[in-house]
Amino acid sequence: MAQIVTKATRESFGEALCELAKTNEDIVVLDADLAAATKTSIFQKSFPERFRNCGIAEGNMIGVAAGLASCGKVPVAASFAMFATGRAFEQIRNSVAYPELNVKIAGSHAGISTGEDGATHQCLEDIGIMRTLPGMTILNPADHFEMIEATKAAINHQGPVYIRLGRLAIDSFNDPDNYTFELGKGITLHEGDDITVIATGLPVNEARKAAENLEKEGINVRLINIHTIKPIDRDIIIKAAKETGRIITIEEHNVIGGLADAVCEVTSSECPVPVRRIGVNDCFGYSGPAKELLEIFGFNAPSIEKVIKEELNKK
Amino acid sequence: MNSTDTNQLKLLATKARKGAIIGTFNAKSGHPGGSLSAADIFTYLYFKEMNVDPQNPSWADRDRFVLSKGHCCPSLYAVLALKGFFPMSELEKLRHVGAMLQGHPDMKGTPGIDMSTGSLGQGISAACGMALAAKIDNKDYRVYTVLGDGECEEGQVWEAAMFATHKGLDNLVVIVDYNGLQIDGTTAQVGGVEPIDTKFESFGFNVINIDGHNFDDIEKALDNAKNTKGVPTAIIAKTVKGKGVSFMENEVGWHGKATNAEEFEIAIKELDAQIKELEG
Repeated sequence: MAQIVTKATRESFGEALCELAKTNEDIVVLDADLAAATKTSIFQKSFPERFRNCGIAEGNMIGVAAGLASCGKVPVAASFAMFATGRAFEQIRNSVAYPELNVKIAGSHAGISTGEDGATHQCLEDIGIMRTLPGMTILNPADHFEMIEATKAAINHQGPVYIRLGRLAIDSFNDPDNYTFELGKGITLHEGDDITVIATGLPVNEARKAAENLEKEGINVRLINIHTIKPIDRDIIIKAAKETGRIITIEEHNVIGGLADAVCEVTSSECPVPVRRIGVNDCFGYSGPAKELLEIFGFNAPSIEKVIKEELNKK
Repeated sequence: MNSTDTNQLKLLATKARKGAIIGTFNAKSGHPGGSLSAADIFTYLYFKEMNVDPQNPSWADRDRFVLSKGHCCPSLYAVLALKGFFPMSELEKLRHVGAMLQGHPDMKGTPGIDMSTGSLGQGISAACGMALAAKIDNKDYRVYTVLGDGECEEGQVWEAAMFATHKGLDNLVVIVDYNGLQIDGTTAQVGGVEPIDTKFESFGFNVINIDGHNFDDIEKALDNAKNTKGVPTAIIAKTVKGKGVSFMENEVGWHGKATNAEEFEIAIKELDAQIKELEG
């Protein structure tokens, strides 16, 4: 078992960016008065000449990023997921996605695990919003090691990328010595043919624990980690649908618009199977400690195990 | 500026106006009013001011232009065609299916277009990004952007203005095509954008008020901008919406509507007469 690193993916992102900037001189980082929170402050300390704080003006920040990209820079524009993708949606659509500019948008404090700040800051729509944009690549890494590789892939990819970062420190589960990140490819974390669980981001580790616990009871869960939500790995989904006949999706996002929809879009046309969606059920969040909220909203291993058993009983 | 140069610029601007009228007539849509008001500014920028190469439109060290008021592209397209970026005949296909010239500027498909625009308020931010890139790379290219007066009602314009001054973007020139009219009426009636000049002043810009149809004024203002260090320049160019076509001048209705056959004939006759006179 590889060593466990307990770290928020926003921090892993900030560190990775800083590391990449040592060899890639085109990286320019923009933030909207949240550098300390999005952890672009790590980059700022090492590369102040390539960092600009845009102030609390996300729309302008995205436009500035577009202009930088048009001049050959690789701009990374960071804010909270809510403001980066919500407030600045139309700037992303018209100034970045339409001209296919090489802008990387980082949205931190995504999901219910944003915690105490409550509903206004717990972004549950970012993946859905970004998924509607042609050519937008969407990454949602699940732990420290995956975030490092995803950041590398985002920078090296030519074209717009949205990368989702979390606030809460979480345990890693990937083994960096045996981990390969391939853009657009899901990763099977646990083999099984009884049912498939497709998870993304923070809940992946809880789903992994659930799969391992259920194995002891003789239930074989196939667990797939989807770090790239767009373009989605169609093949891995179709294969799972055909071989297991039933799918559960898990995401720290509204059940509308995100991973669940992306999976259903594939299964409904290629191999229709029942899909149970674990996520935030079309409601807003509220204040509370992140871990408590994750439990209440059903993102812990016991809740996931319960849903898996319910679904197996329907077979 | 000597009279030969002025005459030459006037001739090119009038040809650009004619191009805009032809383009919008064939498209049965588009925005002639603002295209005509900004035509002299576009002409000066591309024929006197900017360091660009039509043979190499993506040359890394070129000066950049962003048409933040993207809807006024018909006359910009005409200026780009006159400059040699693409054939003048493209104007006739403006807004047609499969055409190079889109209803609003598309940087991917049109040589010479440095930024896709059309959604008001966004172009000035992109221009700031370009100016910042030049600063980071210690390059001396300059960035020009034309805004509408109505466009200044967009909050993003002022986010960008704050950014431009705070980051010391003295390689950025913002030109406001101050024709006083927008879709629903005069700028005074609709949104309360005035005064525009003192707003930019209070954001820290070097502000110059000019007659946007006077090439000497435009030249002096742009020279002033080049010699201004540390802060960006805003040129508030007073213009006449619909300039050059008698029945369009200062008429609010000509913001976003093309001429019909009869109006087209009159407009072309007027512009041809001006061209003939300028050609002497």
